[in-house]
Amino acid sequence: MSLSRTHLLFMGGSLLLLVGLWRVDASPTRIWEGLGKLGWLVALMWPPTPGAYLQDLLLALAETVAMAFLGTLLAAAIALPICFLGAGNVVGNALLRFTVRRSYDGLRGIDSLVWALIFVSAVGMGPFAGILALAVPDIGLLAKVFSEAIEGAERRQVEGVRASGGSRLQAIRFGLIPQAAPVMLSQILYTFESNTRSATILGVVGAGGIGLALGDRIRLNDWDEAAFIILLILVTVAAIDWASRRIRLRLIRA
Amino acid sequence: MSLTVTTVAARWRQETAARRRRGLGWVALFAAATLVAAKLGEVDLARLMEGLPRAGDYIHRTIPVLRWDSLGADLAEWMWGFDIWAEMLLDTVLIAYTGTVLGGTAALLLSFPAAVTFAPSWAVSVSRRVLEFARTVPTLVFALIFVYAFGLGPFAGVLAIALHTMGALGKLFAEVHENADPRSVEAVRAAGGSWAEGMRFGVLPQSLPGVLSFGLLRLEINVREASVLGLVGAGGIGEELYLAVRQFEYPDISAIIVLILLTVAVIDQLCARLRHRILGAEALRVA
Repeated sequence: MSLSRTHLLFMGGSLLLLVGLWRVDASPTRIWEGLGKLGWLVALMWPPTPGAYLQDLLLALAETVAMAFLGTLLAAAIALPICFLGAGNVVGNALLRFTVRRSYDGLRGIDSLVWALIFVSAVGMGPFAGILALAVPDIGLLAKVFSEAIEGAERRQVEGVRASGGSRLQAIRFGLIPQAAPVMLSQILYTFESNTRSATILGVVGAGGIGLALGDRIRLNDWDEAAFIILLILVTVAAIDWASRRIRLRLIRA
Repeated sequence: MSLTVTTVAARWRQETAARRRRGLGWVALFAAATLVAAKLGEVDLARLMEGLPRAGDYIHRTIPVLRWDSLGADLAEWMWGFDIWAEMLLDTVLIAYTGTVLGGTAALLLSFPAAVTFAPSWAVSVSRRVLEFARTVPTLVFALIFVYAFGLGPFAGVLAIALHTMGALGKLFAEVHENADPRSVEAVRAAGGSWAEGMRFGVLPQSLPGVLSFGLLRLEINVREASVLGLVGAGGIGEELYLAVRQFEYPDISAIIVLILLTVAVIDQLCARLRHRILGAEALRVA
């Protein structure tokens, strides 16, 4: 019985895959021709070269990291005060908490590239739109994990502060935050890592950073320069990951 | 006695001062980084204060007019393109599914040579480098390249998602395999099985629940990714969204975004339920 159900599931999955392949028009000739063209592109990409723009590219890269940094900072600054609204041990009202948490999910459900498209159209092209686009979904993410960190905190320390005459605000400051801070900081660093990855492509829709240069090179068929930019992105992402992982490990141990 | 107390107190003051100094150092470093980033990102407080209301105004304009007494008609007007959008959303989900299955299959094949406990070290380092590359290049960059090679349309999107998924899942799958009990592989080998048979009958049955669960998690992520591929012409609902933003069709923007959110939420729920069933079945088997 259970075997036949597994088989049915497997067959259904394979059928759906075939429907998908048919729907996206993946004919063998198309794949073959595309692969040929792809091989030709890869040949064009070698050797990767910065052309005459090494300085511009490095500046654009710095702008990308700056966007990620400020986007994370903005998101954390907004998420910190509003996260208490979603924490069960701060806000008792279940309906309010539910609404707040669903709105966090809503902010997270839309990719930062969509926000970038919207903010470019709202505040103009440039890194500022990118910063806002990175910050918006992160507000949802950070507010959610912050409120979970606060919910996971020990109750007794808060009670201790209250019992020795502290106000509600002081209870949050001295009872909750010291417990939740390491988790929060490490989550912020993690967000910064992921934002560095996202920030590299926001430029494709005009929101600043290295993505703008990459999109341009691909549109203009400068494949060797495009390959150089991709390598630059890989190195930067790896470096940021490495640095952030080290800091996170130190935070957790402390 | 009093001597000890004074020493302890002095030591405590010393430590506190040192901690304060370290804290101040971090704060200074952080402030410097913020200033440099603000300079590079062309942002200052004035610009932020000026820009935020503009962004708010834009979002305000996308909010549709919905009145209680004519709610049906208003909703119908807001969702005028529902039929087209629903079809494109289905396409988006299909792109995500096809890409996840293709990428997951490739990831599964590559994950066995990438598992430290079962593969020779040269195979591990080669397959890990390949996976690392595929996972570090953003999906959208692959999409840009594939749109050029395979032409506009969802096929490029499927390939881009598949390649990135291969990198992301391959690493996770390899880690699941590494946690598998090596004795069952030894048994298969002792009975005359080849290395591939050892992987298929010794490792895969142990790691299948983990593999499926990670695959479903990735499907959730890929539905989100597939919704933006249209911005570079790689199919899905993103194309409609791009048009709506470019033509300043404000209510359309919010309509499409709400539909994307609903789709993402439905897929998340579905995947979460499937994942619980898989992991639940696993727990039963162990017990």
